[in-house]
Amino acid sequence: MQQSNAYVITFSVILTVVLGLLLSGTAELLGPIQKKAQELDTKKQILGAVMDGDELGAMKPEEVLEYYDKTISSKVVNIDGEEIENDRDGNPLVAENVNVARNYKMKPEDRFYPVFMYHEMGNEENIKSFILPVHGFGLWDEIWGFLALQTDLNTIEGVTFSHKGETPGLGARITASSVQNRFEGKMIFDEEGNLQAVEMQKGEGRDYSGEPHKVDGLSGATITANGVNKMLKNYLSHYQAYLDKKKSGEDAPVALN
Amino acid sequence: MSTETAEKAIDKKPAEALLSKRRKKLVTDPLVDDNPITIQVLGICSALAVTTQMQPTLVMAISVIFVLVMGNLTISLMRNIIPTRVRIIVQLAVVATLVTLVNEVLKAFAFDMYKELSVFIGLIITNCIIMGRLEAFALGNKPYDSILDGFGSALGYSWIILAVAFFRELWGSGTVFGIPVFDTISGLFGEDFSLATNGLMVSPVGAFIILGLIIWVQRTKTGYVEH
Repeated sequence: MQQSNAYVITFSVILTVVLGLLLSGTAELLGPIQKKAQELDTKKQILGAVMDGDELGAMKPEEVLEYYDKTISSKVVNIDGEEIENDRDGNPLVAENVNVARNYKMKPEDRFYPVFMYHEMGNEENIKSFILPVHGFGLWDEIWGFLALQTDLNTIEGVTFSHKGETPGLGARITASSVQNRFEGKMIFDEEGNLQAVEMQKGEGRDYSGEPHKVDGLSGATITANGVNKMLKNYLSHYQAYLDKKKSGEDAPVALN
Repeated sequence: MSTETAEKAIDKKPAEALLSKRRKKLVTDPLVDDNPITIQVLGICSALAVTTQMQPTLVMAISVIFVLVMGNLTISLMRNIIPTRVRIIVQLAVVATLVTLVNEVLKAFAFDMYKELSVFIGLIITNCIIMGRLEAFALGNKPYDSILDGFGSALGYSWIILAVAFFRELWGSGTVFGIPVFDTISGLFGEDFSLATNGLMVSPVGAFIILGLIIWVQRTKTGYVEH
């Protein structure tokens, strides 16, 4: 009886339905909490580009969200550096909701480019740094991050990197503050004003303090480091129009629908 | 009537103690004498992959304990109704469901750990220890024994990966649970004391070496020989 085809098929169907219900029920139940965790994570990453990691880690989730609301303003620009207020369907664009990963799959000209501005608490005029998202590919999967530029739009204030599947202990070290701190104070433009970005070098343990476009590499994770280099150069080049505009002072918002 | 009840009373054995000798062995055997990693040499892949640092290893260990205990329990409860011909698929479905649950819970309540570990959590499904215990034990034993067996095996797995992670993190990054050990020690004694970190230890090769040393020490002590 237990070996009959009918029994096997019935058993499998019931098992599938029960397990399916269990999983979808859990996903439904945990969905809102996961969404919040994700939002908090994104905001933490944005703040991480301008704040000390330990300081940020010590803050409670609500404190992070509150601090974020008070110190970060945002907008979205296109590849020509013009501010956009509505998406293709005419809905208002919110920089925090722009999915950089999904935009990355589109042609550079069609992407939305969020810009986050870190300003003095409560005073949006006094901007302290500009935070730009970056996105690319590491060894195994996507890597992304946020890069904060000082008001000269050249010097790096700080970076944060995240990844989906880099090797723990090797490529995954791009999330470590000891690695991210290496980018502080580096320049993304050379003296002629050409975009150089910043490149991680092969090997680890050398001192690059005198060289504005080079940082120490990741031993054992050269491909991840190369991914970071490509990501920075590539994404910063898409922001170049915006940065140039900003530098030359013509920053009048252009409505573009 | 009366003879029947008498017979039943004789048939009924006294209930086994909650932690009888046999049951204790179910838990303690896999710790050393029948350790899934060092003796059965199962689950090596994840032992190599996650053990660069203590903290993710601990989360991984807890996840494996949960999946194995719950998996053993579920399969043991269903053991009499599972059709033999599809039992492997059934085990796989149960394990995959449990693993997905762990992943979802981590995503909701420990997002940082989720980011770091989600790849490996998914790979628990393929951990040979889990399918091995379901097939070899839970299918033929009662639920409570299966829980103990699953707990023992998972614990045997856990302490080995934690031991490997301890040495790998200590020598590879100079930290334990992210705390810089050597700096702390030199802070305590006021002497300059440091150890150059060894890059070999953060690569999977380091795990092979540590694991090999653990197996060597263990087999020297227990006198275990592979047949």
